[in-house]
Amino acid sequence: MAHPSTYQPTSGFGKWIDTRLPFPRVVHDQFMVFPTPRNLNYWWTFGGILTFMLVLQMMTGIVLAMHYVPSADGAFDSVEKIMRDVNWGWLLRYAHAVGASMFFVAVFIHTFRGLYYGSYKAPREVLWILGVLILLLMIATAFMGYSLVWGQMSFWAVTVITNLFSSLDSLIPGLGTTLVEWIWGGFAVGGPTLNRLYSLHYLLPFVIAGVVMLHIWALHVPGNNNPTGVDVKTERDTIPFHPYYSIKDGFAIVLFLIVFAALLFYVPNYLSHPDNYIPANPLQTPPHIVPEWYFLPFYAILRAIPSKLFGVIGMLGAIAVLFIVPWLDTSRIRSTSYRPIYKWFFWLFVITCIALGYLGAQAPDGWYLFFGRAFTIYYFAFFLLIMPIVGLIERPKKLPGSITQSVLGSQASKPPSPPPPGPDDREGLA
Amino acid sequence: MAMHRFLMAAGLLASAFAVPGMAVAEEAANGHGPVIEAQEWSFAPPFGGFKQGQLQRGYRVYKDICASCHSMRFLSFRNLAEVGGPHFSPAAVEMLASQVQVTDGPDAKGEMFQRPGRPSDRFPSRFANDEAARAANNGALPPDLSLMAKARAGGADYLYALLTGYQQAPAGFDLTQGMQYNTAFAGHQIAMPNPLVDGIVPYTDGTEPTVDNYAKDVSAFLMWSAEPTLEERHKVGARVMIFLFVFAFIMFLAKRAVWERLHRRDHSHTA
Repeated sequence: MAHPSTYQPTSGFGKWIDTRLPFPRVVHDQFMVFPTPRNLNYWWTFGGILTFMLVLQMMTGIVLAMHYVPSADGAFDSVEKIMRDVNWGWLLRYAHAVGASMFFVAVFIHTFRGLYYGSYKAPREVLWILGVLILLLMIATAFMGYSLVWGQMSFWAVTVITNLFSSLDSLIPGLGTTLVEWIWGGFAVGGPTLNRLYSLHYLLPFVIAGVVMLHIWALHVPGNNNPTGVDVKTERDTIPFHPYYSIKDGFAIVLFLIVFAALLFYVPNYLSHPDNYIPANPLQTPPHIVPEWYFLPFYAILRAIPSKLFGVIGMLGAIAVLFIVPWLDTSRIRSTSYRPIYKWFFWLFVITCIALGYLGAQAPDGWYLFFGRAFTIYYFAFFLLIMPIVGLIERPKKLPGSITQSVLGSQASKPPSPPPPGPDDREGLA
Repeated sequence: MAMHRFLMAAGLLASAFAVPGMAVAEEAANGHGPVIEAQEWSFAPPFGGFKQGQLQRGYRVYKDICASCHSMRFLSFRNLAEVGGPHFSPAAVEMLASQVQVTDGPDAKGEMFQRPGRPSDRFPSRFANDEAARAANNGALPPDLSLMAKARAGGADYLYALLTGYQQAPAGFDLTQGMQYNTAFAGHQIAMPNPLVDGIVPYTDGTEPTVDNYAKDVSAFLMWSAEPTLEERHKVGARVMIFLFVFAFIMFLAKRAVWERLHRRDHSHTA
């Protein structure tokens, strides 16, 4: 939240740098004393978890890139070399592969949290749009990373997904084919394709890091939303980020790491496909080509739509529709906790996403296809019909008078209180 | 339309009970493959490790039986001496390596030459290339076994089920010429002839030389070859988990202590 700076440089160097590049001031104002609503629950810790995961993925990835060989002949063998001959290579590679899954677990929870609590509503539209952009970049990065293993699933996933662009042939004959050959760097998926995927897989995380900085900047202008959706009214509604939320986020990160480590050390291949331990073979198509689990809902939407072009549009639209959510939601209040009708539609939407994930792994015929279509319709109806209509007709429950009141009950509204204890105020409180 | 398909599937299911051959066709058609029974393995998570004796016997089965068709190109003889693996003595590894002839070179005259293998050499491949392998195997390519235990759903359980799954084809099953019937293989038709017979590989450590033991031992060996760092992973994992649980507990206490200040302030003020 925009607030006057309280930074007082004490040392000589502190004063010197403050008039040249006031970095310590920014850290102090934005990450130490930053006024944060006092009622944030554990669903709010996933922002910190995601930042941690981005840094971890970049660190393991940079070391893996030192040992990886981005060529059609060398890629698969170099991954095995990392697993067998590089010191701690198995740990790096499994941490990176399982880490990608954990990254998506966190980003999905973070996104659902934003949806549930109306964190996209004014004045946080730009914050939300940047978040959707990060999600989109993450999807591209993860897809490219999975392809680098150059196993059967890598190869055929690249073939299937890049071939989607050929659907543009039905708009302008030749356009799709030309585009696909340009992407491939040849007439089929091969070495040149792998090289460009590798290059972009290394580039995009840094783009993500840049957009994350903008995302945090856009967060720090209006400040955090909170579970009540009620705006911060007095200073008493907030507490300094440090130590209250630095310690809470830290605790959540450690809990998250326990789940991560259990997967990594005990079932590192549980979330991947056995076929990817077979080297890529352009002459042999696997019986079932399935993407990584985090793409399955989108894959289900793609296959639910009979036309190839509209399938692609539907799949991309499933993400694109998120960009306009701030203007689709007509509700006067933010938090779904106070929306008796919308609440049911929201949880049905969560079930829909999980169901689409399940259906994305099944062969698209019979009842699987039927339900794939039904859930695809609901997915879009939720955004395009339910969000605008329910917001207009629904009568929300009574909101608490303030954030503090929601925490302490009505007695809290009585006297004004001293400013909340901050990091520099430890003794004064005891 | 969906209803129509459902009725068709129901009809197929009904007829499956009548004709065993149909049951097989239906099972293969749904893409999930036959059910693989889980076995008890020493290397199961979270604390499991390999049994050195079992891996040594498994290597013996691989070398005497599997290696006559299947390569293991990611394995070197030196790997056989690894802790957490078969852990053969260095002398035994030297000896095993020296039993094979390796093409090396070119020498100073530009010619290739043969020499006895060294521990740093890869396991030899029976065939010069895939085409030679196909030509010698009735058109079927024996896959490389290095990663086999991770490259098939079911892992070691699947390998064991496959090696013990050879049976007489049921009456009415349309078995292609030159193929074998196998209960574990998808579609039940496998090109590989039944490789194991009781007593075909001599065991010197007192273990019964049965097909069941061969299949178990070689499956465990293939699990190690696919995941040679499995034991290390479990050991490091245990330490990391203990660390994380202690760390989480400390963080929980720290978090509670910090937030306690806030609660104290609220309390003192509202009281």
